[in-house]
Amino acid sequence: MRSFQKSLPEFDARRIQVVGISVDTPAESQHLRETQGYTFPILSDAKDKVIRRWDLVHSRGGPDGADISRPAEFLIDSSGKILWVNLTEDIRVRVRPEQVLRAFDAAKAHTSAGE
Amino acid sequence: MKRSWNPGLWWGFVLALVAIVSYPLIFTRYPITRDFPWVTLLLLAIAFFLLATGIARAFQRPDAYCGKVLGSILGVLTVLFVGIFVFAIFYMARQIPASRGAPKVGELAPDFTLPDSQNNAVTLSALLNSPFAPNGSAAPSAASGKTAGAILIFYRGYW
Repeated sequence: MRSFQKSLPEFDARRIQVVGISVDTPAESQHLRETQGYTFPILSDAKDKVIRRWDLVHSRGGPDGADISRPAEFLIDSSGKILWVNLTEDIRVRVRPEQVLRAFDAAKAHTSAGE
Repeated sequence: MKRSWNPGLWWGFVLALVAIVSYPLIFTRYPITRDFPWVTLLLLAIAFFLLATGIARAFQRPDAYCGKVLGSILGVLTVLFVGIFVFAIFYMARQIPASRGAPKVGELAPDFTLPDSQNNAVTLSALLNSPFAPNGSAAPSAASGKTAGAILIFYRGYW
Protein backbone atom coordinates (compact mmCIF):
# COMPACT_ATOMS: atom_id res chain seq x y z
CA MET A 1 0.00 0.00 0.00
CA ARG A 2 3.08 2.17 0.33
CA SER A 3 3.28 2.30 -3.46
CA PHE A 4 -0.38 3.36 -3.68
CA GLN A 5 0.25 6.19 -1.22
CA LYS A 6 3.10 7.39 -3.45
CA SER A 7 0.86 7.20 -6.53
CA LEU A 8 -2.13 9.01 -4.98
CA PRO A 9 -1.80 12.05 -7.29
CA GLU A 10 -2.32 9.69 -10.26
CA PHE A 11 -5.48 8.28 -8.67
CA ASP A 12 -6.69 11.77 -7.74
CA ALA A 13 -6.19 12.92 -11.33
CA ARG A 14 -8.56 10.15 -12.46
CA ARG A 15 -10.91 10.71 -9.49
CA ILE A 16 -10.41 7.15 -8.25
CA GLN A 17 -10.89 6.67 -4.53
CA VAL A 18 -8.27 4.42 -2.93
CA VAL A 19 -9.67 2.30 -0.08
CA GLY A 20 -7.87 -0.25 2.10
CA ILE A 21 -9.81 -3.03 3.87
CA SER A 22 -8.63 -5.54 6.48
CA VAL A 23 -9.78 -7.34 9.61
CA ASP A 24 -7.85 -4.88 11.79
CA THR A 25 -9.93 -2.75 14.16
CA PRO A 26 -10.46 0.95 13.35
CA ALA A 27 -7.89 1.84 16.03
CA GLU A 28 -5.31 -0.53 14.52
CA SER A 29 -6.01 0.85 11.05
CA GLN A 30 -5.64 4.38 12.35
CA HIS A 31 -2.32 3.43 13.92
CA LEU A 32 -1.17 2.02 10.57
CA ARG A 33 -2.28 5.17 8.75
CA GLU A 34 -0.40 7.37 11.20
CA THR A 35 2.82 5.35 11.30
CA GLN A 36 2.92 4.76 7.53
CA GLY A 37 1.58 8.16 6.53
CA TYR A 38 -1.35 6.71 4.59
CA THR A 39 -3.90 9.42 3.81
CA PHE A 40 -6.50 7.27 2.02
CA PRO A 41 -9.27 5.68 4.12
CA ILE A 42 -8.91 2.20 5.60
CA LEU A 43 -12.07 0.29 6.42
CA SER A 44 -12.30 -2.21 9.24
CA ASP A 45 -13.98 -5.57 8.65
CA ALA A 46 -13.17 -6.98 12.08
CA LYS A 47 -16.01 -9.53 11.88
CA ASP A 48 -15.01 -10.74 8.35
CA LYS A 49 -18.49 -9.75 7.16
CA VAL A 50 -17.51 -8.37 3.75
CA ILE A 51 -14.42 -10.52 3.37
CA ARG A 52 -16.59 -13.63 3.80
CA ARG A 53 -19.28 -12.41 1.41
CA TRP A 54 -16.64 -11.62 -1.21
CA ASP A 55 -15.03 -15.07 -0.69
CA LEU A 56 -11.68 -13.60 0.32
CA VAL A 57 -11.27 -15.32 3.70
CA HIS A 58 -7.88 -16.84 4.36
CA SER A 59 -8.89 -19.28 7.05
CA ARG A 60 -6.60 -19.11 10.11
CA GLY A 61 -4.17 -17.00 8.11
CA GLY A 62 -3.48 -14.54 10.93
CA PRO A 63 -0.47 -14.87 13.23
CA ASP A 64 -2.80 -15.87 16.08
CA GLY A 65 -4.79 -18.30 13.92
CA ALA A 66 -7.61 -15.86 13.22
CA ASP A 67 -9.36 -15.67 9.85
CA ILE A 68 -8.01 -12.81 7.77
CA SER A 69 -8.38 -11.46 4.26
CA ARG A 70 -6.25 -12.77 1.42
CA PRO A 71 -4.62 -9.99 -0.59
CA ALA A 72 -7.01 -8.88 -3.35
CA GLU A 73 -7.67 -5.75 -5.37
CA PHE A 74 -10.90 -4.70 -7.12
CA LEU A 75 -11.23 -1.73 -9.44
CA ILE A 76 -14.82 -0.51 -9.52
CA ASP A 77 -16.41 2.18 -11.68
CA SER A 78 -18.88 4.77 -10.40
CA SER A 79 -21.86 2.53 -11.19
CA GLY A 80 -20.41 -0.20 -8.94
CA LYS A 81 -19.38 -2.43 -11.83
CA ILE A 82 -16.13 -4.30 -11.42
CA LEU A 83 -13.63 -3.29 -14.09
CA TRP A 84 -10.60 -5.27 -13.02
CA VAL A 85 -9.68 -7.82 -10.37
CA ASN A 86 -6.34 -9.02 -9.05
CA LEU A 87 -6.21 -12.16 -6.91
CA THR A 88 -2.55 -12.89 -6.34
CA GLU A 89 -1.45 -16.49 -5.90
CA ASP A 90 1.56 -15.46 -3.82
CA ILE A 91 1.38 -13.13 -0.83
CA ARG A 92 4.78 -11.71 -1.77
CA VAL A 93 3.67 -10.65 -5.22
CA ARG A 94 1.44 -7.60 -4.94
CA VAL A 95 -0.24 -5.41 -7.45
CA ARG A 96 1.58 -2.29 -8.56
CA PRO A 97 -0.36 0.99 -8.84
CA GLU A 98 0.60 1.30 -12.52
CA GLN A 99 -1.34 -1.92 -13.25
CA VAL A 100 -4.49 -0.43 -11.74
CA LEU A 101 -4.08 2.89 -13.54
CA ARG A 102 -3.51 1.09 -16.84
CA ALA A 103 -6.60 -1.08 -16.28
CA PHE A 104 -8.67 2.01 -15.54
CA ASP A 105 -7.41 3.89 -18.59
CA ALA A 106 -8.04 0.85 -20.79
CA ALA A 107 -11.60 0.41 -19.48
CA LYS A 108 -12.28 4.10 -19.99
CA ALA A 109 -10.93 4.03 -23.55
CA HIS A 110 -13.11 0.98 -24.21
CA THR A 111 -16.22 2.72 -22.85
CA SER A 112 -15.60 5.88 -24.88
CA ALA A 113 -15.11 3.83 -28.04
CA GLY A 114 -18.44 2.09 -27.48
CA GLU A 115 -20.42 5.30 -27.04
CA MET B 1 53.31 -26.25 10.20
CA LYS B 2 50.65 -23.94 11.51
CA ARG B 3 47.35 -24.38 9.72
CA SER B 4 45.83 -21.26 8.24
CA TRP B 5 42.52 -19.93 9.28
CA ASN B 6 39.68 -20.65 6.89
CA PRO B 7 37.75 -17.36 6.70
CA GLY B 8 35.52 -18.39 3.79
CA LEU B 9 33.47 -20.48 6.23
CA TRP B 10 32.51 -17.47 8.35
CA TRP B 11 32.05 -15.19 5.35
CA GLY B 12 29.76 -17.71 3.72
CA PHE B 13 27.71 -18.24 6.87
CA VAL B 14 27.37 -14.53 7.64
CA LEU B 15 26.52 -13.71 4.03
CA ALA B 16 23.77 -16.36 4.04
CA LEU B 17 22.27 -14.79 7.20
CA VAL B 18 22.53 -11.31 5.69
CA ALA B 19 20.81 -12.54 2.52
CA ILE B 20 17.92 -14.07 4.48
CA VAL B 21 17.41 -11.14 6.85
CA SER B 22 17.78 -8.47 4.18
CA TYR B 23 14.94 -9.92 2.10
CA PRO B 24 12.08 -8.97 4.45
CA LEU B 25 13.86 -5.86 5.73
CA ILE B 26 14.98 -4.33 2.44
CA PHE B 27 14.22 -6.20 -0.74
CA THR B 28 10.48 -6.72 -0.24
CA ARG B 29 10.14 -2.93 -0.43
CA TYR B 30 10.89 -2.94 -4.13
CA PRO B 31 8.77 -5.02 -6.53
CA ILE B 32 11.79 -5.72 -8.73
CA THR B 33 13.69 -7.49 -5.93
CA ARG B 34 10.55 -8.82 -4.21
CA ASP B 35 8.47 -10.62 -6.81
CA PHE B 36 11.43 -12.68 -7.90
CA PRO B 37 14.10 -12.46 -5.17
CA TRP B 38 17.08 -12.43 -7.52
CA VAL B 39 19.34 -10.31 -5.28
CA THR B 40 18.71 -12.63 -2.35
CA LEU B 41 19.31 -15.75 -4.43
CA LEU B 42 22.52 -14.24 -5.83
CA LEU B 43 23.78 -13.50 -2.31
CA LEU B 44 22.89 -17.05 -1.23
CA ALA B 45 24.74 -18.49 -4.22
CA ILE B 46 27.88 -16.55 -3.27
CA ALA B 47 27.45 -17.65 0.36
CA PHE B 48 27.21 -21.30 -0.67
CA PHE B 49 30.25 -20.94 -2.92
CA LEU B 50 32.33 -19.49 -0.06
CA LEU B 51 31.18 -22.17 2.37
CA ALA B 52 31.67 -24.98 -0.12
CA THR B 53 35.19 -23.93 -1.05
CA GLY B 54 36.03 -23.45 2.63
CA ILE B 55 34.73 -26.89 3.55
CA ALA B 56 36.45 -28.49 0.57
CA ARG B 57 39.77 -26.96 1.60
CA ALA B 58 39.35 -28.11 5.21
CA PHE B 59 38.69 -31.72 4.20
CA GLN B 60 41.04 -32.00 1.23
CA ARG B 61 44.02 -30.27 2.84
CA PRO B 62 43.52 -30.71 6.60
CA ASP B 63 47.27 -30.18 7.08
CA ALA B 64 47.05 -26.64 5.70
CA TYR B 65 43.58 -25.44 6.69
CA CYS B 66 41.41 -25.60 9.81
CA GLY B 67 37.66 -25.87 9.71
CA LYS B 68 36.55 -29.48 9.43
CA VAL B 69 34.29 -29.29 12.47
CA LEU B 70 33.43 -25.59 12.18
CA GLY B 71 32.80 -25.94 8.45
CA SER B 72 30.48 -28.89 8.98
CA ILE B 73 28.48 -27.07 11.66
CA LEU B 74 28.18 -23.84 9.69
CA GLY B 75 27.39 -25.78 6.53
CA VAL B 76 24.52 -27.69 8.15
CA LEU B 77 23.16 -24.53 9.80
CA THR B 78 23.28 -22.63 6.52
CA VAL B 79 21.49 -25.39 4.62
CA LEU B 80 18.86 -25.48 7.39
CA PHE B 81 18.27 -21.70 7.43
CA VAL B 82 18.23 -21.41 3.66
CA GLY B 83 15.88 -24.39 3.46
CA ILE B 84 13.41 -22.74 5.84
CA PHE B 85 13.70 -19.45 3.95
CA VAL B 86 13.10 -21.05 0.54
CA PHE B 87 10.19 -23.07 1.94
CA ALA B 88 8.65 -19.90 3.39
CA ILE B 89 8.91 -17.71 0.32
CA PHE B 90 8.34 -20.28 -2.43
CA TYR B 91 5.81 -22.56 -0.73
CA MET B 92 4.18 -20.97 2.33
CA ALA B 93 3.65 -17.66 0.53
CA ARG B 94 1.53 -19.47 -2.07
CA GLN B 95 -0.79 -21.16 0.44
CA ILE B 96 -3.68 -18.76 -0.03
CA PRO B 97 -7.25 -19.63 -0.96
CA ALA B 98 -8.28 -19.55 -4.62
CA SER B 99 -11.33 -17.35 -3.86
CA ARG B 100 -13.35 -18.71 -6.78
CA GLY B 101 -16.48 -17.08 -5.40
CA ALA B 102 -15.01 -13.58 -5.40
CA PRO B 103 -16.85 -10.95 -7.48
CA LYS B 104 -15.77 -11.04 -11.10
CA VAL B 105 -15.10 -8.48 -13.79
CA GLY B 106 -18.37 -7.18 -15.21
CA GLU B 107 -20.38 -8.02 -12.09
CA LEU B 108 -21.73 -5.44 -9.69
CA ALA B 109 -19.66 -5.16 -6.53
CA PRO B 110 -21.77 -6.38 -3.59
CA ASP B 111 -22.50 -3.26 -1.55
CA PHE B 112 -21.33 -2.98 2.04
CA THR B 113 -21.00 -0.60 4.95
CA LEU B 114 -17.93 -0.71 7.18
CA PRO B 115 -16.38 1.68 9.71
CA ASP B 116 -13.31 3.63 8.65
CA SER B 117 -10.38 4.24 11.00
CA GLN B 118 -12.28 7.17 12.59
CA ASN B 119 -15.31 4.92 13.17
CA ASN B 120 -17.38 6.69 10.51
CA ALA B 121 -19.61 4.28 8.59
CA VAL B 122 -18.63 4.15 4.90
CA THR B 123 -20.98 2.63 2.32
CA LEU B 124 -19.46 1.61 -1.00
CA SER B 125 -22.40 2.75 -3.17
CA ALA B 126 -22.55 6.11 -1.36
CA LEU B 127 -18.81 6.56 -1.77
CA LEU B 128 -19.08 5.92 -5.52
CA ASN B 129 -21.96 8.38 -5.86
CA SER B 130 -20.46 11.23 -3.88
CA PRO B 131 -18.34 14.10 -5.21
CA PHE B 132 -14.72 13.05 -5.42
CA ALA B 133 -12.61 13.91 -2.38
CA PRO B 134 -8.93 13.79 -3.29
CA ASN B 135 -7.49 10.85 -1.41
CA GLY B 136 -6.65 12.01 2.04
CA SER B 137 -8.29 15.42 2.07
CA ALA B 138 -11.36 15.67 4.26
CA ALA B 139 -13.59 17.88 2.12
CA PRO B 140 -14.41 17.45 -1.57
CA SER B 141 -12.87 20.26 -3.54
CA ALA B 142 -15.31 22.17 -5.71
CA ALA B 143 -13.34 21.62 -8.89
CA SER B 144 -12.89 17.89 -8.56
CA GLY B 145 -16.25 16.61 -9.86
CA LYS B 146 -17.89 13.23 -9.56
CA THR B 147 -16.12 10.13 -8.32
CA ALA B 148 -15.05 8.00 -11.29
CA GLY B 149 -14.37 4.81 -9.39
CA ALA B 150 -12.62 3.13 -6.49
CA ILE B 151 -9.79 0.70 -6.02
CA LEU B 152 -10.49 -1.60 -3.07
CA ILE B 153 -7.32 -3.05 -1.60
CA PHE B 154 -8.02 -6.01 0.67
CA TYR B 155 -4.93 -6.80 2.73
CA ARG B 156 -3.92 -9.21 5.46
CA GLY B 157 -3.72 -6.71 8.30
CA TYR B 158 -1.89 -7.37 11.58
CA TRP B 159 0.83 -4.82 10.88
